[in-house]
Amino acid sequence: MANPMKIRAANKDGVTEVKVLISHEMETGQRKDAAGAIVPAWFITELTAKHNDKVVLSSEFGPSVSKNPYMAFKFKGGAKGDKIVVSWKDNKGDSRTDEAAIN
Amino acid sequence: MNKQRRNVLKAGSGAALMSILAAAGIITPGMALADWNKAAFDAKSMADTLKALGAGAPADSKDVQVTGPDIAENGAVVPVGVASTLPNVTMVAILIEKNPNALAASFNLPEGTEANVQTRVKMGQTSNIYALVKSDGKFFMATKEIKVTLGGCGG
Repeated sequence: MANPMKIRAANKDGVTEVKVLISHEMETGQRKDAAGAIVPAWFITELTAKHNDKVVLSSEFGPSVSKNPYMAFKFKGGAKGDKIVVSWKDNKGDSRTDEAAIN
Repeated sequence: MNKQRRNVLKAGSGAALMSILAAAGIITPGMALADWNKAAFDAKSMADTLKALGAGAPADSKDVQVTGPDIAENGAVVPVGVASTLPNVTMVAILIEKNPNALAASFNLPEGTEANVQTRVKMGQTSNIYALVKSDGKFFMATKEIKVTLGGCGG
């Protein structure tokens, strides 16, 4: 099971900026290990961010997103104390959901 | 969740099947996006990727900005950002021309979300990166070259 995501959300002048740091290997499927065997691809495919059950961002990742992916985006609305819920799914079917409050 | 469909996708024929279905108009590109857009992420060249995204030949636009370093010492972690002042932006994608698969990430922006996203990508070698933006149903693009000192795609 993957480690928790770090989520920061801050509201300024009616715009909420969300920053997410995810803990994930993001293997491309092109790297070889010490024995020369190809390390199988293992990466996040879908990531969704919600604010009060409303989707504010849905993204699709390929293997060329870096290890421990970082993402930042902004949306209008949101108030201090509102919940931001971020969830991702990877190509092995693993998934994780974390939440944070806007401050 | 539709298990059978998952299995079809896993069986590897997914990409081909999806593109055939899309071409036949049985499923629209919008529906294909409901699941991970395998065709777009599997596409090797820029042209194929743009086709899989339904973008055709996007116009260059000054209203799309790509941010990133001029020189990335470590290709494994290259910070890249896309911003646009175009109205009604519904989709933003980051493409890296010389990576094995050009498409790095795509973001669907619902109403209220600003066309301003940042992420970090891997780059195998020095390459142009493209920011693709869908505004009012039309596609626009901007380019920036990032030089890579140390490749980030392993091998």
